[in-house]
Amino acid sequence: MKTSEQIDPGASTLSRRRFLKIAGTGISFGVVLGATGVQVFGAAETNPALEKVIGAWVRIDTQGGILIYNPAAEMGQGSMTALPLIIAEEMDADWSKVRIEHSPIEPDIYGRSWRPGGRGTMLTVGSQAVRGYFTKLRLAGAQIRRVLLDNVARQWQVPVAELTTEPSTVVHAASGRRISYGEIAAFAEVPPELPAVGESQLKAPGDFRLIGHSVPRHDIPAKTDGSAQFAIDVHLPGMLYGMIARSPVHGGRLAAYNEAEIRAMPGITTTVQLEHGIGVIGESMEAVIKAREALDVEWTKDAPAETFDSEASLTGYSEIPGSDQMQARKLSGQGDATAALQQAAKRYEADFLADHIYHAQMEPLNAVVSVNEAAAGADVWVGTQSTSGARSAAAQALGVDFDRITLHPCYLGGGFGRRSNSDYVVEAVHLSNAVKRPVKLMWTREDDLQYGQFRPMCLQRLAAGVDEQGAVTAWTHCVVGDGGGLLASGIQIPFYDIPHQHIEMCSVSHGLRLKHWRAVGHGFNKFAIEAFIDEIAADQGLDPYQFRRRLMHNAPRALNVLDTVAEMADWGGAVPEGRARGIAFGERSGSLAAGVAEISVDASSGKIRAHRFWCAIDAGIIVQPHNAVAQSEGGIINGLSSVLFERITVKDGKVQQSNYHDYPLLRMSDMPEVAVQFVASEEPPMGLGEASLPVTGGAVANAFAALTGKRLRHLPFTADRVRALLG
Amino acid sequence: MAIAFDLNGERVSTDAAPDTPLIWVLREHLRLTGTKFSCGSGVCGACTVHLDGATLRSCIAPVATVEGRSVTTIEGLSADRSHPLQKAWIAEQVPQCGYCQSGQIMQAATLLKQNPSPTRDEIIQHMDGILCRCGTYGRILRAIERAAEEG
Repeated sequence: MKTSEQIDPGASTLSRRRFLKIAGTGISFGVVLGATGVQVFGAAETNPALEKVIGAWVRIDTQGGILIYNPAAEMGQGSMTALPLIIAEEMDADWSKVRIEHSPIEPDIYGRSWRPGGRGTMLTVGSQAVRGYFTKLRLAGAQIRRVLLDNVARQWQVPVAELTTEPSTVVHAASGRRISYGEIAAFAEVPPELPAVGESQLKAPGDFRLIGHSVPRHDIPAKTDGSAQFAIDVHLPGMLYGMIARSPVHGGRLAAYNEAEIRAMPGITTTVQLEHGIGVIGESMEAVIKAREALDVEWTKDAPAETFDSEASLTGYSEIPGSDQMQARKLSGQGDATAALQQAAKRYEADFLADHIYHAQMEPLNAVVSVNEAAAGADVWVGTQSTSGARSAAAQALGVDFDRITLHPCYLGGGFGRRSNSDYVVEAVHLSNAVKRPVKLMWTREDDLQYGQFRPMCLQRLAAGVDEQGAVTAWTHCVVGDGGGLLASGIQIPFYDIPHQHIEMCSVSHGLRLKHWRAVGHGFNKFAIEAFIDEIAADQGLDPYQFRRRLMHNAPRALNVLDTVAEMADWGGAVPEGRARGIAFGERSGSLAAGVAEISVDASSGKIRAHRFWCAIDAGIIVQPHNAVAQSEGGIINGLSSVLFERITVKDGKVQQSNYHDYPLLRMSDMPEVAVQFVASEEPPMGLGEASLPVTGGAVANAFAALTGKRLRHLPFTADRVRALLG
Repeated sequence: MAIAFDLNGERVSTDAAPDTPLIWVLREHLRLTGTKFSCGSGVCGACTVHLDGATLRSCIAPVATVEGRSVTTIEGLSADRSHPLQKAWIAEQVPQCGYCQSGQIMQAATLLKQNPSPTRDEIIQHMDGILCRCGTYGRILRAIERAAEEG
């Protein structure tokens, strides 16, 4: 019988030791991604000067096998294939010889800086992995190729300019000689500093052998037989299990609990008092679950969220903009929107609302931590978007240096923004530290939902002014809610030519835990913007596609995307009886997307059914087209799920939903037929993981208006809301 | 009293209490971790295994209910990813995060056993409610159709 692989905790020092051992059979290259760009250096296997480098990007063995490291979290988006492939492209590696492993969590080597002068971090968020690493990894690959060429030139006594490469082979056309990378590895000498390679020496996109040509994803086979390793699957010798009861009101603290009773329960090792909860540690998952059920906890009643009522608060948001309750913060503006609104031939105003939503990643949060006996360090197994951040957080929680923590990255059973916070890692460190034994911390689904970190609810107040010719001259947008920058994402309209704009935010605070959620604020902001544009177009008697074309007249990339989706959907063509279509546009992480939804509505139940969804995207060069389609399909399904079904409400400070029965996700029977098309481009890659999601709300709402004449203004468009609207 | 049952064709036994959900016995006692925990209440399908050839949500089934019976997990579906569904799952590049996919494949396997050539509607009816947060439903559907065609 096949069993899951036992992980040897002694493997924590594996990286360097194994690296040095394996390096003895080949050559290695290290690449440092510093704040100012890439520094690449080579590594001979015995060079002690390299001891700071734990591993490297690429190893080539004398048999021709090539190991390439992936620096990003793999949460289903395919970075573990796409990033190594970028290195392989420029070094002209034979992809069939490439083996991929997660890189060690060494941010100074494998991270990248998020601001000029900043230190490297390893953080997989915001659709940034391919976009952020693209040029750096290409340069690294090109330098490795150059070293191989230099070695062959020296060996054969030929000018390096006469050498070319084919996959994993150096060719000297003049003499007809060929040599494989594995053969080169046997004699190669690597200079302490690799030769400089400039961007001008990189391949022309037309010469790509791998980029733009889909390869099977590295992680997929193991995800069809149960062998893919998630943190929840880790088992260590002597491991205990832990769960935590947390305050039902976010911010509430532990006051008292039935400690003696719980500690006396069978299979319970101990309890651990944490500021925000009480941890229970025991010999088995079932023992810990029973103990937690038996917990009788008293929480402090002083949390700011104690009296929070989300529905009442959301209703109250409409009083805030323009009132003297608070000063709005200007986010951006141009011209004089106030004057332009007053002078407009016609003026429009509308409010849009969105409820809180939850990540609902299928793998509930968990981590396995083994604090060693002297508490001088720990091994951490976790699926996290923030690998270097989790390593830092664990070190801080334990009060030790960063170097004392070894982080073993596992696959993520979904991230969607939730797993860029290290709260669950810190909890697991505290539990393990209390017993000085390995502990697997489990969150149940109820924990994951009720102690979630939500996409914030908000109100969007939009106003626009139109001149005599029907051109939009003025635009104001005020977003009201908690969450600061989470609310501002996607509120800009850079591709619509509106001369007078004023965009602002009114910030309130409820004490509820909030977080990035796939595409962050773009979900609700693009919904409000695109639904409002549609409303103006309809009132002006103009086709919403043509109306947007006019607004985008000086944005050719955006126009191209919009025209592409209109063509895909045969916009203006026949639509099946009982259905209607809506169109929407949105930009995210540098990518542009336009979508068309075709829906019907069951008037008696109020249920909206999305039958078809077309999406056109300009994301620059598409590194892995097949996977890019998968990501875009996923974004549409994820977006539709949030738009149609998902809603978190809070009453008396307590989250009212608890599991999938009252927080339903889109099911297979709700799935539309999806078509995705990428606009051909030789521009650098842009973010893809979220690009298709922001257009879903607007496309569905606009299709609904086309079908019924009524405007959906509150996310999600649940059946009861639709019924109420249709009367 | 140990509880014995057949697991992927081998007799196993566990000292776990009879009311222990099967999923913890499989994952933590017997260390077969391909079966995934997600909702713990039988509503998402990530924990789906076969009990005497029928689907079972292992997160809500007490281990006592499988005593003397035959349980198959994703690890027992084939020894080498050779089940038609596993081959089709790779061909269609279905998984993204992959966490729900053991449950999806185990759910699909019982359909093809009963109905080797299901219609699209029959597939949707059988698979509906096995949740996938990454949105791979379209690929799951195509993979099941491919497996049915290619056997």
